[in-house]
Amino acid sequence: MNCSIGADSLFHDNVLYRHIYNAIGEVMPSSLCWLDHIISGFLIILILVNGVLLGAALFVWLERRVLGRMQNRLGPNRWGPFGLLQPIADLVKLLTKEDLVPQGADRIAFLMVPIVVVFPLIAGLAVVPIARNTFLADLNIGVLYLVAITGLSTLGIFMAGWSSGNRYAMFGAMRGVAMLISYEIPTVLSLVGIVLLAGSMSLVDVVNAQQIPFIVVQPLGILVFMLGISAELNRTPFDIVEAESELVAGYHTEYSGIKFALVQMAEFGGVVAASAVASTLFMGGWSGPFLSGQLGALWFLMKLGFFVFLFIWIRATFPRLRIDQIMAFAWKFLFPMSLINIVATTLQVYWLRDETGALSRGDLGLMTAINIPLAIVTVAAFGTLVRDKVRPPMSTFGAGAWPSRTTMPAAGQGDGA
Amino acid sequence: MPIRTEPITINIGPQHPSTHGVFRLRVTFDGEMIVDVEPVFGYLHRGTEKLAEERNYTQIVTLTDRLDYVASMTNNQAYCLGVERLMGIEVPVRGQYLRVMAAELQRIASHLVATGFLLQDLGALGTPLMYCFRERERILDLFEMLCGARITVSYMRPGGVYYDAPEDFWPALSRFLDYMPSYLDELEQLLAENEIILVRVRGVGILPIDRLIACSASGPILRASGLAWDWRKADPYDVYDGLEFDVPVGTNGDNLDRFWVRMQEMRQSLRIVRQCVEQIPGGPVRAELPLVLRPPKGAEAYGRVESPKGELGFYLVSDGGISPYRCKIRSPSLLNLTIIKDLLIGWKLADMIVNLGSIDINMGEVDR
Repeated sequence: MNCSIGADSLFHDNVLYRHIYNAIGEVMPSSLCWLDHIISGFLIILILVNGVLLGAALFVWLERRVLGRMQNRLGPNRWGPFGLLQPIADLVKLLTKEDLVPQGADRIAFLMVPIVVVFPLIAGLAVVPIARNTFLADLNIGVLYLVAITGLSTLGIFMAGWSSGNRYAMFGAMRGVAMLISYEIPTVLSLVGIVLLAGSMSLVDVVNAQQIPFIVVQPLGILVFMLGISAELNRTPFDIVEAESELVAGYHTEYSGIKFALVQMAEFGGVVAASAVASTLFMGGWSGPFLSGQLGALWFLMKLGFFVFLFIWIRATFPRLRIDQIMAFAWKFLFPMSLINIVATTLQVYWLRDETGALSRGDLGLMTAINIPLAIVTVAAFGTLVRDKVRPPMSTFGAGAWPSRTTMPAAGQGDGA
Repeated sequence: MPIRTEPITINIGPQHPSTHGVFRLRVTFDGEMIVDVEPVFGYLHRGTEKLAEERNYTQIVTLTDRLDYVASMTNNQAYCLGVERLMGIEVPVRGQYLRVMAAELQRIASHLVATGFLLQDLGALGTPLMYCFRERERILDLFEMLCGARITVSYMRPGGVYYDAPEDFWPALSRFLDYMPSYLDELEQLLAENEIILVRVRGVGILPIDRLIACSASGPILRASGLAWDWRKADPYDVYDGLEFDVPVGTNGDNLDRFWVRMQEMRQSLRIVRQCVEQIPGGPVRAELPLVLRPPKGAEAYGRVESPKGELGFYLVSDGGISPYRCKIRSPSLLNLTIIKDLLIGWKLADMIVNLGSIDINMGEVDR
């Protein structure tokens, strides 16, 4: 072995990287160890990109199948077992399509959009640990990095809408910018509680800190995060950016062929990425009730599947809100809830932590006992408050008080209107 | 400093996911608000009225199927009533009952489609639409038993209906009648208890009753605004005289009321069908008539029904030949569409789609 990573190396903890590096190091002369680092780095990127692409393709299939089931139909079932190869067939079809750029489009911006929207999705997943010591990068500012990277998707949507030279697309983009910026604030604030509890921004540390999954310690946090991320991903009930029945396809109306495939992949892959982040931050990532070390990836995938299913379920069930209602929901409901969550978590951490700043399992249990009732009370209170604000005041009857039936005048008395 | 803005005009349709056919709207927006609407239609014009002048009285029945293609039965009925009045034909009672049953089943099917698409327009990605279509499918199966066709039925003829119902139709119908109320409960619950749907439809798209009357609107949208006006009560045709049913009316005239009125009408239709099943007598289903009908020269008649969308009328003028001299169709969708400026201007883009869906237009009928 010419090049290898020793126990003292910076990369020792990263099992994936170490194995790849050592495997290449077998045949690499020791003078070229720097080249080994570069090759391993690129291999890691290759795994990441292909993993994301495959995950997005699988998700497209899953979404169509599950939606089909929920809507009382079959979904794709022709190509491959259970229609599993359907995404590939779709991709081949889209690859053979003519690559159109509309006449009125801003060409450079238009062509850059697929890259701009796909990049944050792939880059964001780099910090998510897949199993124990198996991650592509362990940033000590992991949560901050995620927030920063996903914020870029707003740029892609705005570029697409503006450069297409299509008014539907511009409507979608304008709605998108207003909505995404509003929802980014509660979504980011909902993660502050996690950081406070874990005492670190690194996603690896967050997983290790979850003696009790944060989903029960931070019920308000997961609620705000899921609602906010649904909006960030343009999924129902917040899909006003695309709004099929209103704006045809929203910001990507003019995209066709492989560019359309990439934009769609960013959308669907975004759900996978969001589920991966949610399962890492709130469900303990790769840690499971038993055999966390050996079956880490399996636990991770199961949790990811749970969140993915949740997203599909929401999509199949809810109608869309109007833009003013969506904005009201963000600022009047999610924003105060995330602030309450931060204040409560801060106080709890301040009183309960020991000298080293760590929280024991008992501390987390106590927090759970406080936070769950707090979440119920807060949601009930703010829900009632917002409902009264959003509901139009002219409503005179509710579901229980329909107007009474009246009968027509007898035949012959009608005067012909 | 005020920001200078300018209105933006968007062409919605004729190819658009939610214009309910080939309908085109040129809409001027100020931000998300609609400031002007200009409807453009005629994309589905097939010259039905002119074609009718070239066909004999029985053949025209097949043309009427294609007017409002989600409610063919009531189209047949309106036309046949017109011909019968033109010639003074007496329809056998069993035929009349079968007609009323078919028309009421068709009303349920049409209202299911309207409700399903209303929810689709609200953004509920297909799920409620598929649920509504599943139930509509049961009704279409019943139609298939009656006449072999599902959509373009051509079941009714001047003088009655074409066939008597087959033996296995009656148990199938009673199974449907037993099942349907629970489904309607489910659908109503799905809507009336979903907060998102309520905030989207309640108080949105309010139509004042005087505007509706001025636009000679009819059907559920008129009743949703508070006027209990139904041709089945006001001028009973076939056997509606002897049947008991209520006319549901709304109070606000908003989208929720229009939905609610349709829900209640489906229940009333079930009630009518049930009564028909109990009361239907035996006997012939069609009057003895010559193969080719020749109304007297100069005769004029107007046959109208309360179709699922409103008052559907056929005005027929005879010149003594085998084809009508003139066949004027009074289509409810077209006249209900004249309210469009009151309905859309001042609302947001998202509301516009829902408002348009709530008046339930059918382009086959608008353009004819």
